[in-house]
This record gives sequence, C-alpha cells and structure tokens, in this order.
Amino acid sequence: MTARIALRGVAKQFGAKQVLRGVDLAVQPGESLVIIGGSGTGKSVTIKCILGLIRPDAGSIKVDGREVTGLKGRALADHQARFGMLFQGGALFDSLPVWRNVSFALSGSVASRRAAAADNLARVGLGSDVLDLRPSSLSGGMQKRVALARAIAARPEILFFDEPTTGLDPIMADVINDLIRTLVTDLKITALTITHDMSSARKIADRVAMLYEGSIIWQGSRDELDASGNPYVDQFVHGRADGPIKMPLRTL
Amino acid sequence: MSPVTTLAHALIALGTVVIGLFAAIGRLARFAVTLVGRLVRPPWYPAQLFEQMLVIGWFSLPVVGLTALFTGSALAQQIYIGGSRFNASSTVPAVTVIGIVRELGPVLGGLMVAGRVASAMAAEIGTMRVTEQIDALTTLRTDPFRYLMGPRVVAAVLMMPLLVLVSNALGVMGGWLLATGRLGFNSAAYLNTTAQFLKADDVWSSMVKAAVFGFFIALMGCYHGYHSSGGAAGVGRATTNAVVSAFILILLSNLIITVIVFGS
Ligand SMILES: Nc1ncnc2c1ncn2[C@@H]1O[C@H](COP(=O)(O)OP(=O)(O)O)[C@@H](O)[C@H]1O
Ligand SMILES: [Mg+2]
Repeated sequence: MTARIALRGVAKQFGAKQVLRGVDLAVQPGESLVIIGGSGTGKSVTIKCILGLIRPDAGSIKVDGREVTGLKGRALADHQARFGMLFQGGALFDSLPVWRNVSFALSGSVASRRAAAADNLARVGLGSDVLDLRPSSLSGGMQKRVALARAIAARPEILFFDEPTTGLDPIMADVINDLIRTLVTDLKITALTITHDMSSARKIADRVAMLYEGSIIWQGSRDELDASGNPYVDQFVHGRADGPIKMPLRTL
Repeated sequence: MSPVTTLAHALIALGTVVIGLFAAIGRLARFAVTLVGRLVRPPWYPAQLFEQMLVIGWFSLPVVGLTALFTGSALAQQIYIGGSRFNASSTVPAVTVIGIVRELGPVLGGLMVAGRVASAMAAEIGTMRVTEQIDALTTLRTDPFRYLMGPRVVAAVLMMPLLVLVSNALGVMGGWLLATGRLGFNSAAYLNTTAQFLKADDVWSSMVKAAVFGFFIALMGCYHGYHSSGGAAGVGRATTNAVVSAFILILLSNLIITVIVFGS
C-alpha cells in the first residue's frame, strides 16, 4: 500500500536556523496521525511544507506516491485543494461574515453556499444563528469550530489540524477532540494533527510521532505511548521538567 | 583604530548597504512582475476591485481635495508676493495653474493617498499574513495575488488619475478664491488666463504621474504587508516602511517624469 503522505529527509532552514533536519514520516490512508513536540520544534513548518506553503530545502514529499515538492501554478493549486487545514489561530477572514468564511472555497449561488455553510456549521455543532456574525464577535471555541467547518466544507481527502485545542478551556478542547475523531471516522478522512496537548493526542490519534530537534525521534501506536521506552517521549508525555529535553532557560 | 582600518570598515559598511539596496530592489521587482503577471490572467474578483475603488477613490476625496484647495491658495499668495517684486503680479493665474497641474496636484495628492492607503494596505495584508489568513486563502484555492493584491493595484492605478483631476481643479480654485477675494483679481480675467495657459499636455502628464503614483502606492502597501513577519510589531514596521518607501518612489518617479516630459 502506498502511503497517503510520505516524507523523506525533509529539511528546512530559516536564515541560520536549521528547523527541520531530515524528517521521515508516513501517513497511511484513513489513518489519524498525531505529531507531538515542543513549541517551536517545527511542527507547523512540517505541515506547511506538505501543503506547499513553504518550500523545503531538501528531501521528498509524496502524496499518493506522487512527488509534490516543486509543484507550481495550477498543479500546486490542485495539490492544495486536496487538503483541508485548520490553522493554529483559526485564520478566519475577519472582513467576511461566518457563512462566507465557511463557504469560501465553494462555488454556486448565494443560497446554495449559505445552505452549505449551515450544513457544515451543523456538523461542528453550531446553529444557523452564527451565519451572519463576524468572526471577531465569536468566542475562541466558536472561532475554532467555524474554522473547522471551513476546513471540511470542500470535502477534502486529507485534513490537517494545527494545535486544534491550544487556547481552549478543557471542556471545549474535548468537544473539538470529539469532533475531529468523529470527522475522521465518519468522513473516512486521513488526518494529520499537530499538538502538544497529550490528552488531545490520546483522543485523536491512531498513531503518534514525536518531532524533536528537527527530526522524528519516535513513532508508534497510541497504546505504545506510555511504554515507548524512549526517554524523550516519556518526559514529554508526562510533562516533566527533568529529563533529556532541556529548556533553554536563562536567569534574568 | 588606524585610519586604514577605519576606512576599510567604512567601505565594507557602504558595500553592505549598496548590496542590500540592490537585493531589495531585485526582490521588489520580482514581486511586481509576479503581481502584474497574475492579475492579467483570470480568475478576477470584480467585487474586490469595486470595494477597493471605493476605499481608495471615494474615501480619499476629502483629504486630497482639502490639500489641493489650501495649497492652491497658498501658492497664489506666494506667487503674488514674488511677482510683485518684478511688477509681474499678473502672472498669478498662469503660474498657479502650471504649478498645480504639473507638480503639486499629483505629488501632494499622491503623498496624501500614500499616507492613507499604503499604510492601510500594509496593515491589513500584514495582519492577514501574521494571522495565517494568507496561507488560509491559498489552501482555499484562492491566489492572494489575484484576490487581495491585484484589485488593490488596479484600483489605485484607476482611481489616482481621477483623484488628481479633482485635486487639480480644487487647487486652481483655491488660487482663484484667494486671488479674487484678497488680491483684487477680476474673476473672469483670472479664469481666462488660467484656461489660456493650461495645455492638454499638462493634464495628460498629470494623469500619467497619478497612475504611476497609484501603482507605487498599492505596490508598496502590498509588498510590505505580504512580507511582514513577527506579530504586531512586524505589522507596525511594515506599515511605516510602506508609507516611507511609497513617498520616496513618488518623489523620485515624479522627478523622472518631469525631466522627461518638460525637461527638453
Ligand atoms: N516563515 C518563517 N520565517 C522564519 N522563521 C520561521 C518561519 N516559520 C517558522 N519559523 C521558525 O521556525 C521554528 C519552528 O516554527 P513552527 O513550525 O511554527 O513551530 P511549532 O512546532 O511550534 O509549530 C520557529 O523557531 C519559528 O520561528
Ligand atoms: Mg505551530
């Protein structure tokens, strides 16, 4: 079986800062993979490379066996259209009302796009009363849900979630986790989620991979997470300050 | 430090600045070529274009109009004072109309619109960049060059000449108001002389300048906004840079066009 997404040796450097140092990773069709890792380890950069928003310096990225690095113009747009992406901050267009946000990638009459927006909002548990509101007038949790509705509106084959629960209260976080799990199961979508929230990872993941210092240092099924035998994973999963991962702290 | 090393350091610093300048011009030129290349091919977004025409054209009218009116009056007053020394105070209408239409109308209009519009564009696009809305556009099958920046550039190029026409008219009117109200000019004679001295070429060059300024204003707003990074502070820097660079490009291109059109 060809992997839906396969990364080999993906590297990316910004200025003098080497963010990714050869990421090897495969996501199988219909699977929910979660990448865990500390802030600033390059998780967002990794998915932006897959999406073609950032061009990696080296390495290969294949989607369904087809190389996608270096795509341009129409081919790149077609590639990007296969993905739905939930951005870290939601990235809703604040100049447009909710319904235009959700139906942004859809075509058709105003009535049909509004109806489609309402459908997708219902899927994430929002009523049609929010259709005409501006994103800025919504709470953080509602914004995330609207962004989720927008990400699934065009029925993409692959969904990316960038820190879907960051900044939400624990209950709302669990609502979002449930939604993601349901979407993946119901729509049979391949999902790649980035998070540093372990309860979220446990809920969403079939498989977990850990990104540390620019490469994947461990991967395994969700059940193997607690017995990974990897001290880095152990420290991260249990949220300990002591361990092999050192935070670059300076006394003020 | 010895004088030689000081000199060497100075040369290195100068070299770095020059290289940086050329690199910046290169990046900007590439951006402009990409932008123009994209916006001549569909999809087009007429609703976006219309909105930008309104924002740039209509809402700039008050500030551009007032600037022209006040400057026209002040100009007439100074020409009168200067002219009186050579017994040539009758040149007020002729010099005012030439000064306004050839230089001050387009330049001051351009600077005012740059202050209003280039900053707003940089702030808006910059905020969209740092909040990942530009990435979101791309993943939603929408090219930010065509959807966001193309309409802004086209709207600015179309609206600036119209704004400058209004600016010219109000500038001349400012001169006329002051000359007839305070300096004792005969109204009909003033307007007659104005019409006599105003050539079609002056109006054309004025509109060409306006279109060029419009292009630079929108280009600077979009370029700096699109390349902003680093949160709110980055957006602030982008806004400042957009206005300053638009000012410089307006003044420089004005000089070049003036020398080409009127210098020979
Ligand atoms: N466009 C960019 N330009 C420069 N540096 C960047 C850019 N995007 C990300 N970085 C840097 O790369 C590192 C990893 O970023 P990111 O992938 O967003 O981290 P995270 O794992 O928290 O998602 C950070 O140090 C960030 O500053
Ligand atoms: Mg991130």
